Amino acid sequence: MAKGLLGIEDLSRPEIEAILDRARSFQPAQGETFPRLDTLRGRTIVNLFFENSTRTRTSFEIAAKRLGADTLSITASGSSVSKGESLVDTLNTLVAMRPDAIVMRHSASGAPHFLSRYLATPIVNAGDGTHEHPTQALLDARTILDLRETLEGLKVAIIGDIAHSRVARSNIHLLSKFGSEIVLCGPAPLLPVELGQLASGVALTNDIRDAIRDADVIMMLRVQLERQHEANFPAGDYFKFYGLRLDHLALAKPNVLVMHPGPINRGREISSDVADSQRSVILNQVENGVAVRMAVLEKILKQ
Amino acid sequence: MAKLLIKNGRIIDPTSNWDQVADLMMEDGLITGLGENLTSPGAEIFDAGGMIVAPGFLDIHVHLREPGFEHAETIESGGKAAAAGGFTSVCCMPNTSPVNDNATVTSYIIERAKRQAVVNVYPIGAITKGSMGEELANIGSMVQAGVVAISDDGKPVMNSRIMRRAMETAKSFGIPVIDHCEDLNLSAGGDMHEGLVSTKLGLRGIPSCSEDVMVARDLLLAELTGVRYHVAHISTERSVKMVAYAKMKGMAVSCEATPHHFALTDDQMAAYDSNYKMKPPLRSCGDMEAVIDGIVDGVVEVLATDHAPHAGSEKMQEFERCPFGITGLETAIGLTLERLVHPGKITLKHMVELYTMHPARVMSLPKGNLAVGSSADVTIFSTTHEWTYDVNQTYSKSKNSPFHGHDFKGGPVATVVGGKFVWKFAGL
Repeated sequence: MAKGLLGIEDLSRPEIEAILDRARSFQPAQGETFPRLDTLRGRTIVNLFFENSTRTRTSFEIAAKRLGADTLSITASGSSVSKGESLVDTLNTLVAMRPDAIVMRHSASGAPHFLSRYLATPIVNAGDGTHEHPTQALLDARTILDLRETLEGLKVAIIGDIAHSRVARSNIHLLSKFGSEIVLCGPAPLLPVELGQLASGVALTNDIRDAIRDADVIMMLRVQLERQHEANFPAGDYFKFYGLRLDHLALAKPNVLVMHPGPINRGREISSDVADSQRSVILNQVENGVAVRMAVLEKILKQ
Repeated sequence: MAKLLIKNGRIIDPTSNWDQVADLMMEDGLITGLGENLTSPGAEIFDAGGMIVAPGFLDIHVHLREPGFEHAETIESGGKAAAAGGFTSVCCMPNTSPVNDNATVTSYIIERAKRQAVVNVYPIGAITKGSMGEELANIGSMVQAGVVAISDDGKPVMNSRIMRRAMETAKSFGIPVIDHCEDLNLSAGGDMHEGLVSTKLGLRGIPSCSEDVMVARDLLLAELTGVRYHVAHISTERSVKMVAYAKMKGMAVSCEATPHHFALTDDQMAAYDSNYKMKPPLRSCGDMEAVIDGIVDGVVEVLATDHAPHAGSEKMQEFERCPFGITGLETAIGLTLERLVHPGKITLKHMVELYTMHPARVMSLPKGNLAVGSSADVTIFSTTHEWTYDVNQTYSKSKNSPFHGHDFKGGPVATVVGGKFVWKFAGL
């Protein structure tokens, strides 16, 4: 990982383990605030968000600040992008100001990969279109491993609009590398059959009960209406057939973990009582986001 | 009295079934002799020993971008690129600005080509006004002005009734209808072939069936109307099979394949590299094999490049924002040798047919043979010389080729149009 972090697919299992191990040391102890470090003092990290995001951008900012780096956040609406400047020109302008790393979110799949061919500055992919969201998968893995011994052999159900989910793709790659049993679930228009060949250990089902049965982990995805260019599934039927309700949990392992990358749509893909239940680790995920992003930034910028 | 004598080449003229080492004599723009040990006092002599001498190659599917998009290509630059690729005639698609949907634009292109192009340029007219798919263009007037076929390439006519009327009209004026077969509803938003690779890359897919349903529709309409119908850049297994079936039934149907569709597949594309983005997209391995089999079996009778130049700035964007299309004129012969001839899939004679006799017949052009009295258009190529394609040296105004840096064995050596050399390989 000499040059940024573009996706989980390109990482080896030992590389992922190293990040996850390091992230654990960045988890604040219960009831304590995290001390500010000076690991990245004097380094500048630009958060460049071409797509709206509150939690990911904030999480990266806090991670950078806890490591002592200077951060700068730019959102597309406030930038030259809205004045018609091309992506390459925008990035070249930023790079001329010599940031040490760029954290980037973009609505186009592959946008950071395209840029990384032209820029020497390391890029951390904070979500590209419907492709990958590597730090989300890392923080999900950290969250599971805080509560379980291993990922190997765990049955993980990922439920929702898999076709348009970068979170799902990154998680599939990561979990597959660790030998989890992955069941993808959604209505057929949101679950193209090719997903079954994305990585080893992946099965597909259109029936949410099959997906949940004996699951160790249930990952719900946000129904991303903004990513659907046409009506792929009738919205009115969605919660009825693919929403996670409390009664579903009886089918899963008794200690099943319910996860969601957020922001959650209560009553659309997950019922309120599930989101707030004892089984939900949604806030653990948010907390781990900072620790994992600290580990990633440190790895990329530490000489 | 300009005279040119090409000596000692292996002359392959499929129309007359000629294939032997001989000399070719040209005078005043016409072929005047074909035989052994020809002599002609005062003639320019070119020694083609060890080379193939063929009728001038035709590329019936190019985009010259003029008028309207001269920053990407002009009739002049595209003509030079054609000559450097071994082509002596090209047919240019109507998606210019303004669209070639009327006789004025047709005449403009023909006049520009006469003055600017080193190769013969035959315009293809639009099917509908503005290629908007709604109202038929004045097809008859365009035919009078010189279009050799009609097509709404890139913006296929979705309304089947209008397509039917277009076919009936084309039939009555004696020209073929060429269709870029794509159901725009099925392909909407797609950036590459729909399959495992698109799923992995998170790019929206263009399913094979978006081509197949249009080929099926068009074949039914072609049968109904009796028009001569030609499928542009065929790319899927099922489409090849359907065309084979239509030909078996005796319909006046033909199809072309591009070098990139017989040379590349979706899993070979460099991730998010727009030089691999075109329509139809690079398909699966099975589709590519079917296209190759179609060429070998004679279902695919024409090779054409779909040369589609785009300025660098247009291709230097997020993949989903980049326009579709790659350049292809200069690499076509090299790729055909590499993928079809060298591996023994087709003979050299078959290759020459695919670029001469068949495209000339499909477009009813008086080209593609070396009979005495026909125009002195000649393609000289070699099957052995090693060269590397460098887009920075291209004659095109655009550099959007996935074959930059590719090493070739064999390629064009010299191009003769109207009895004059218009291009020679620099390393000759």
